[in-house]
Amino acid sequence: MAVLSEEQEMLRNMARDWATKESPVAEFRKVRAAGQPQAYNAYAYAAMAEMGWAGIIIPEAHGGSDFGFLSAGLVVEELGKTLTASPLVATTIAASAILLGGSDEQKAKWLPRLASGETVATLAVEEGTHCDTSAIETSVSGGKLTGKKAFVHEAHGASLFVVAAKDGLYLVEKGDGVSLTTRKLTDQRSHADIQFAGAAAEKLEGGGDSLLGDVLDRARVLSAAEMLGMAQAVFDTTLDYLKQRVQFNQVLATFQALQHRMADLFADLTQMRSAVEAGLQAVDSGFGVARAATIAKAEANRVLHAISNQGIQLHGGIGMTDEFNVGFYLKRARVLEASWGSSSYLKDRFARLSGY
Amino acid sequence: MATQLESDDQTSEDAFRTEVRQFLATNFPDELRCTGNMLAGLDGPTDENPVQKKWREAVGGRGWGTPTWPKEYGGGGLTKGQTRIIEHEFAKVGAYNPIGGMGVMMFGPTLLEYGDERQKLEHIPPICRGEIRWCQGYSEPNAGSDLANLQTFAADKGDHYLVNGQKTWTSGGQWADKCFAIVRTDRSDKHKGISFMLIDMDAPGVEVRPITMISGTSPFCETFFTDVKVPKENLVGKEGQGWTIGKRLLQHERTNISGGGRLAGMMGQSLGDIAKKYCETGGDGALVNKVLRDKIADLEIRWNSFLLTARRAVEESKAQGGVSEISSVLKKVGTKLAQDRSELLIEIRGFQGLGWEGDEFGDDELEDVRGWLFGKAATIYGGSTEVQNNIIAKRVLGMLDHQ
Repeated sequence: MAVLSEEQEMLRNMARDWATKESPVAEFRKVRAAGQPQAYNAYAYAAMAEMGWAGIIIPEAHGGSDFGFLSAGLVVEELGKTLTASPLVATTIAASAILLGGSDEQKAKWLPRLASGETVATLAVEEGTHCDTSAIETSVSGGKLTGKKAFVHEAHGASLFVVAAKDGLYLVEKGDGVSLTTRKLTDQRSHADIQFAGAAAEKLEGGGDSLLGDVLDRARVLSAAEMLGMAQAVFDTTLDYLKQRVQFNQVLATFQALQHRMADLFADLTQMRSAVEAGLQAVDSGFGVARAATIAKAEANRVLHAISNQGIQLHGGIGMTDEFNVGFYLKRARVLEASWGSSSYLKDRFARLSGY
Repeated sequence: MATQLESDDQTSEDAFRTEVRQFLATNFPDELRCTGNMLAGLDGPTDENPVQKKWREAVGGRGWGTPTWPKEYGGGGLTKGQTRIIEHEFAKVGAYNPIGGMGVMMFGPTLLEYGDERQKLEHIPPICRGEIRWCQGYSEPNAGSDLANLQTFAADKGDHYLVNGQKTWTSGGQWADKCFAIVRTDRSDKHKGISFMLIDMDAPGVEVRPITMISGTSPFCETFFTDVKVPKENLVGKEGQGWTIGKRLLQHERTNISGGGRLAGMMGQSLGDIAKKYCETGGDGALVNKVLRDKIADLEIRWNSFLLTARRAVEESKAQGGVSEISSVLKKVGTKLAQDRSELLIEIRGFQGLGWEGDEFGDDELEDVRGWLFGKAATIYGGSTEVQNNIIAKRVLGMLDHQ
């Protein structure tokens, strides 16, 4: 855990307390059972916004607290631990795009609504099955945006889309010319393909040529924070289980093969936490963001992948059952691993950033 | 009020910075710029030239090589803030810290904690001045990972102990003046029968034989003790307290093996940059062999998060005022990554990366081959990776003892 300020500790404790009491995994089960396409509890998101969590990266002048990405990451991590279904990450990513590229008018119009939770927003970049910003076909002509976006997170709850077109990022409101096709993924959360057919679009003119890349880096560190919470939760749950389960008249935790595997996973988790926190801190400092975000997401992918698999293996047969939560983490893990760059994509990007 | 204090701090920090700069301007000779070794005295014989000696004496005389150690024992008596200023100002002009070795990294901090006043006054100042070199008498032929199984025995002879037995893997034993050792004073209790004592390496009955390693070098020795007289005042702590003191010292060792400086230095150059010299690149400057490129990126990403972890361990320790629990993984992770890197370096260089000797090989190529071989020791010494895993499982994760 990075060394935190008093405010950050309070924020994290508040989030931990709320997630544990108000939003345990049982709440996610309810969301899944309800089967609504938006796949989150609107009251829960309203409560989160009420506590100020939707405005953590938004300046005070626009209704936020301006606590920065490390602070946002602390909350996202706690919510990740209990698999809280919410559009908080998606909306925060969209807010970062408006902060980086929006005009004063755009900021004044949208940021207070995002901070208050009134508007849910999301980023729509991919057009195929993988993260590939070079393959964007979506185009804008005369203020009308046309194209197809694939696997957009939180698309059902969102009323505002930050859409990547060939020449930059655009704000598109849900309405005429915007149609959704639900894509059900293993994580049972909201995903959709979106057809934009001449939808009214307003460009984010600021932020320079690197705007899309900068926003994706912010998406990477926030997703990595969610993954960190998930990895920590699977690790903790698995450790508890090993300390209880008896076979051969022995508690599993006394078997050295399992002890050493847990020691390996603990080391991995430690590495992951360092990388993720450094990624969030890099965004706050503005220094070396691309590299730090790539390392953060690459490590998050590597470690959560391993821990989610071992979580099942070490739970044995019951880990395979729907009754146990560990499988939910596995299914969400792979969706987040594929988001904003898979492991191979990120390694390729790291090599490119390093000049080889 | 707080503001006043802060501004006072600022003023005194500025004054100290000026003092350090003046010291460097007066004492640091240009010809030593960007040379030297933080760990001088650990890995090789002392062959100081007069200029290096003068620099060591200048730094040692002020206690600035051991800046946070108490002034009354020859340390700098400085705050962490002042220590950072020294590090920063030294680094800026390419000056190295000439005070180092096991005395600084392991023995000194332990003696400051457990030694009596007379022992501290006798042994700490020469460490601060870089005059005395210490070696570690821990491992024995039958006490490696199971260190507490050590059998070297110190028999009570009234005013002295008579020590008999064999230590091994004594790093730098052939160059050391003194040895801090854990020995058995009671055969009836495995852990409580161990005591921590200080032995002169030139005492009659001490024999040192260097061991040639697979890397061709001999940094470790076998050390034999035959009827070696050790005065009672060389016992640190009480009889039977040696296991506690000895383990405390190992914590310092682990922090140093993994912690940072040493490995960070080894990992200086990007593997990608090295690979571009040995392997084909395309028009865009990228390596053509994508499989190799992937391996390099994978290692460097993990290496980066290791450095971040080492930094986090330091920050957390400072904030908590104790050793952070994540320091338990540093040794295990850092040594593994360093080994992986050495192996990858060989793949990058091909046969040119396997040279044993000859002018056709560059110095860096030859050094890296020896480093690859010697690096195999890193996951064995200082508590093997398997021992580290036991420690993490039991102490950090609270998993029960398997024995």
